[in-house]
Amino acid sequence: MNQVKIDFDRCKECGYCVNFCPKKILAIGSKINKRGYYPPVIDPIEECIACGTCAKVCPEAAIEVYKEI
Amino acid sequence: MGDKVFMQGNVALAESAIRAGCKYFFGYPITPSSEVPEYYARRAEEEGLVFVQGETETAVFNMIAGAAATGNRVMTATSGPGFSLGQEAMSFMAAAGLPAVVVEVMRPGPADGEILAAQGDYFQAVKGGGHGDYNTLVLAPCSVQEMCELIQESFELAEKYRNPVILLSDALLAKMRENVELPGRKEQNCDLSWALTGCAGRKHNVMTTCGDGSAQWEKYNLDLQEKFAKIKANEERWENYQTEDADIILVAYGSMARVAIGAMKLAREAGLKVGLVRPISLWPFPVKAFEGLGDKTFLVTELSAGQMVEDVKLTVPHKENVHFYGRLGGIVPTPKEIFEQIKKLGVK
Amino acid sequence: MKTIYKRPEVLTDAITTYCGGCGHGIVNKLIAELVDEMELREKGILVWPIGCSVYADKYYKMDAICALHGRAPALATGIKRCLPDKFVMVYQGDGDMVSEGMAEIMHAAVRAENFSVIFINNAIYGMTGGQMAPTTLLGQVTSTSPYGRTVPAAGYPVNMAEIMANMPGVCYSERVTVNTPQRITATKKALKKAFELQFENKGLSFVEVLSPCPTGWGQKPMDAMKWVDEKLIPIYPLGVFKSPEEVSAK
Repeated sequence: MNQVKIDFDRCKECGYCVNFCPKKILAIGSKINKRGYYPPVIDPIEECIACGTCAKVCPEAAIEVYKEI
Repeated sequence: MGDKVFMQGNVALAESAIRAGCKYFFGYPITPSSEVPEYYARRAEEEGLVFVQGETETAVFNMIAGAAATGNRVMTATSGPGFSLGQEAMSFMAAAGLPAVVVEVMRPGPADGEILAAQGDYFQAVKGGGHGDYNTLVLAPCSVQEMCELIQESFELAEKYRNPVILLSDALLAKMRENVELPGRKEQNCDLSWALTGCAGRKHNVMTTCGDGSAQWEKYNLDLQEKFAKIKANEERWENYQTEDADIILVAYGSMARVAIGAMKLAREAGLKVGLVRPISLWPFPVKAFEGLGDKTFLVTELSAGQMVEDVKLTVPHKENVHFYGRLGGIVPTPKEIFEQIKKLGVK
Repeated sequence: MKTIYKRPEVLTDAITTYCGGCGHGIVNKLIAELVDEMELREKGILVWPIGCSVYADKYYKMDAICALHGRAPALATGIKRCLPDKFVMVYQGDGDMVSEGMAEIMHAAVRAENFSVIFINNAIYGMTGGQMAPTTLLGQVTSTSPYGRTVPAAGYPVNMAEIMANMPGVCYSERVTVNTPQRITATKKALKKAFELQFENKGLSFVEVLSPCPTGWGQKPMDAMKWVDEKLIPIYPLGVFKSPEEVSAK
């Protein structure tokens, strides 16, 4: 299973990852972080193709992507 | 010591700076300082120097800040109007701990003014022309010889305290030719672990003067105040002439001190016991020079409307005993003229 | 597991002070990626401006200095002239470069200083709260052009990449943006080219990045990304305005 790690407290809820994810599997979450933002959640992770677009567009380098091989 | 030569002040100063290992010069032409950049440009190839003429003094003062940040000896030379443009960077260098050396060759202000000798930039240099609480060591030679020695020391003092140093010259000292024994070569030897050189083999260095909240910035300021206090405690310099038995004491620095010495001699010949206090460090003001002089009459003479006189008044026990005589516009009074002023004080 | 993307090594743990969706963040990240990939950390000095990126020295484990407003190119001149074989990067916003420091950037180009300049153009003063910048568009409302920028009051927007391209001392000048994944990749390519050129001593390398400023423009981040397309790019066209191949071809 591919992995997308989001640094919860680094996110500022800009929504770029949500918008540019080609599979549309990112959505703003419901849990609030330390700075008052709602980081995204991935659902379903199974559809993630580990393309890394979310990490590429993130202004905070808050997302890391790992591909299962 | 070096060779004996008959040399112009600006040129002797530049040669002495090169011998002190100052390989980097960033400047902008302005009378009466231009021979210094010209000399650096001429000697660049032979001595492996880097000479850059900047677009403005505003830029030049930031160039020397950058060079100083790498730990290299660096200087500029300018005059009043250019020095004014450099004040933002003076505040920056004092705060960031950047040991650049600035030669300010004073000329009559304000504004464009004239190009002969003056001392009207005393406040700007001594009290700090930039923003915020900061100080810089200000050294004022009164001869080409002393200027050559002090410029070499300026680099060591800048590095010792990691603070910019101002060498305050004027058009007379800059343009006149005198016999001078040029000082020898000096090597830089001080801790440079703080410098920006690329962090291979060490923790990275960061220099920022952007505060990170008031508490942090007060702490940063208190550290700076400690630095300035050390300079103040250690670096007072002066020379007293025949002050032990004097009834009247002249106070003058730089070119004006040489005129005062002439007046002192005329007075002595006429039976008047006159002495001279010659500040060499203008910041820190040499308070110790006045200790033990007792309750005398002081005559402060400057090529200005009166600036150092205020510091003398702050220093001596009775400021009503402090008198002033100055000339403006680039007119340098003669010893006789000062002698007349001494007599006018009517001190028997 | 194969790593597709990992947070760059050179970055510290600091959380940036940029607003959510700010273009500075993306460019800062690309710089960090290149520092890692090109192994610039140990031989680099970063020169930061006064503006929203004034705290960027806290985001990198490498030597850095924060210049006075507008003075970064002059400060960098002093550094690079002393350390000609080191990597020196100047990073500036539009207020810092095109207003306060216009003389400094122009003369760094005149002198063909061998460092790389990254110019973030978001058509506004961000840090001080949304005032008009020389790059503010005609008709664009800011806190100091409340009825929209007009020519009689404040003249015309400034196209720096084209100006720099006309300076003989500039070997490379390109304008890019970061409002799509593809363009972020193109931006990284441009930055990499600029960084590489620095070691060929062919003069100043210049990359202008059109950057979304959600807070300053009063928009949501994604709307700001679209605004770059709708409003900025028509005035500030993307593209390479000078490249070394041209320089050597002359």
